[in-house]
Amino acid sequence: MKKPLKPRSQLHTLTALTFKQGYAKLGGLIILVILILALLGPYFAPYTFDEFVDAPNAPRSQTLMLGADYFGRDVYSRFLNGGRSIIGLSLISTVLGVGLGLLVGLFAASAKPRTDSLIMRFNDILLAFPQIVFVLLVVSGFGTSIFLIAVTVGLTHAPRTARIIRAAAAEVMERDFIKAAIAVGEKRQRIIISELLPNVTSPLLVEFGLRMTYSIGLVAAVSFLGLGLQPPAADWGLMINENRGSLTVQPWGVIAPIAAIALFTIGINFITDSFAKSAIGIDRKGKE
Amino acid sequence: MVKKIRNFFQQGGLVLFVLGRILAGIPIIIALTILVFVATQALPGDAAVSYLANTATPERLAAIRDQLNLEDSIWQQYFSWATHALRFDFGTTLTGETSVSAILGPRIQNTLILMASSGIVAIPLSIIVGVYAAVRRGKLFDSVSSVITLILAALPEFVVAIVVVFFLATNIFMIFPAISFVEPGTLAWSDPMSLALPTLTLVLAVTPYVSRIMRGSMIEVMESEYIQMARLKGLSERTVILRHALPNAIAPTIQVIALQLAWLAGGVVVVEAVFAYPGIGTVMIESVKARDLPIVQAITLMIGALYVVLNILADIGTILSTPRLRTKYVRKNDTTNIFATMDTDQL
Repeated sequence: MKKPLKPRSQLHTLTALTFKQGYAKLGGLIILVILILALLGPYFAPYTFDEFVDAPNAPRSQTLMLGADYFGRDVYSRFLNGGRSIIGLSLISTVLGVGLGLLVGLFAASAKPRTDSLIMRFNDILLAFPQIVFVLLVVSGFGTSIFLIAVTVGLTHAPRTARIIRAAAAEVMERDFIKAAIAVGEKRQRIIISELLPNVTSPLLVEFGLRMTYSIGLVAAVSFLGLGLQPPAADWGLMINENRGSLTVQPWGVIAPIAAIALFTIGINFITDSFAKSAIGIDRKGKE
Repeated sequence: MVKKIRNFFQQGGLVLFVLGRILAGIPIIIALTILVFVATQALPGDAAVSYLANTATPERLAAIRDQLNLEDSIWQQYFSWATHALRFDFGTTLTGETSVSAILGPRIQNTLILMASSGIVAIPLSIIVGVYAAVRRGKLFDSVSSVITLILAALPEFVVAIVVVFFLATNIFMIFPAISFVEPGTLAWSDPMSLALPTLTLVLAVTPYVSRIMRGSMIEVMESEYIQMARLKGLSERTVILRHALPNAIAPTIQVIALQLAWLAGGVVVVEAVFAYPGIGTVMIESVKARDLPIVQAITLMIGALYVVLNILADIGTILSTPRLRTKYVRKNDTTNIFATMDTDQL
């Protein structure tokens, strides 16, 4: 007897479609490499991140693959150690921000029109500050704690995500199955969780990818400005800032971390863009 | 009540509509002052202690507390700060000697010069790139520009800044200065070379978003029936694109341009810091490091207010550039709020 075909979920199909595209494959490969580098790197580092191994700004040599930094520490070892913090913090802030935005967006979309518009008006006010400016404002009031920075970055994502999710969910609310669910007398929580949520997964995932790119940029920028992780910590953003002065004599202290940040964000953007295209259904095969 | 007021403004045509939009900005600005205050001063923790850190003596603590009115109730603190701020009086810096407005004055001009020069280059450039990519859809220019914009959109602005410095200032071609040598207090015009790299960085950061929206909007218009009609009438492709498609495709882009200009106000903060450009961004970073609250609050509030103003301008611009909406507001017979349905999402 033949087994009935298991219906493939929409998400499954979308993911399959996404990774059929060349850019998504390339993006996935880049992300994988950087993640492995950041997670396992510290175990392969020849030196510790705060060990003095040579003269400041010593050039590349047999023992020092990428030379020494402005302080005489091994750039390669610091590079291998410096990815965890930035990727970890960005992930925390993205999950927090997108999660909060999702809650607010779904709540607003399923609320009474008056509550909905009240929430969204307030939400619009929160959008007035560019994310980096708001993060800097909070840092100036409460000091440089990396946890606070991750939370604040997340909070600045939330109103932006909420807008997108509310718009997507409001469209779903108009469909018949929601009306049916309301008519049957399903509870609001249940409608949100089992009717609305599954139908906004595509915009949610696109939003997650986008926000992750911005998180990395923001977390790195804060470290780069000297307001995030403090020396002697190894962190890509901080490394760029520290070695910027010796860009002409020993560029590797800047090139390595900047390339890693750039590749990682580009990789995420490639996947996000491919996914968004598959979800919309245009340019599916690259050409019409 | 609200609806009645709204109807009154909408039926009065364009002028009253504009007036209504400007009035609607006022409560938002007040809300921004609350937000700035809450984000810095309202939570437990003593701004005076954190500012003075290790150098705190009882006298200095008392002086700073007095300056920030920390002894008053939270409402009194907010009220005295906000009423002064709305009159552009942001008090003196925590070091106590200079007034915040005196420090910010010339720097605001420098920042506006940088934002204007970036906007003047970026906006036409991104419209041209977007339109051309849409016209050559699926061809080489389209695919190359779409990959480049995708990559640029992913990069944090400080990364772009450093890459630009690497290629054009320090390592490959040593054409432009890596940091600006404009004396604080003088205007950036005095040294145009110093403007080059910060401007280039911001142009590279803004162009991808606007050009992608422009491309999408243009493609949508090019597939519409009235464009087919124009073609069937035998108009040249040039006329079809410039006279018929472009004006219709540009309206949705105006909102994005306004949002990007508002974003520029945040982008300049980091970019200025990289190039040590003497604008409000560099001051902001210095003040955040020194934890000089009055300056940071003033700059944040101004950037937020700029966003509100740009949004109002964008709404007006959208109406003026959309014939359908223009007549709606001039013929005074409309009762629906178009902004309820208008999509102004940020990317």
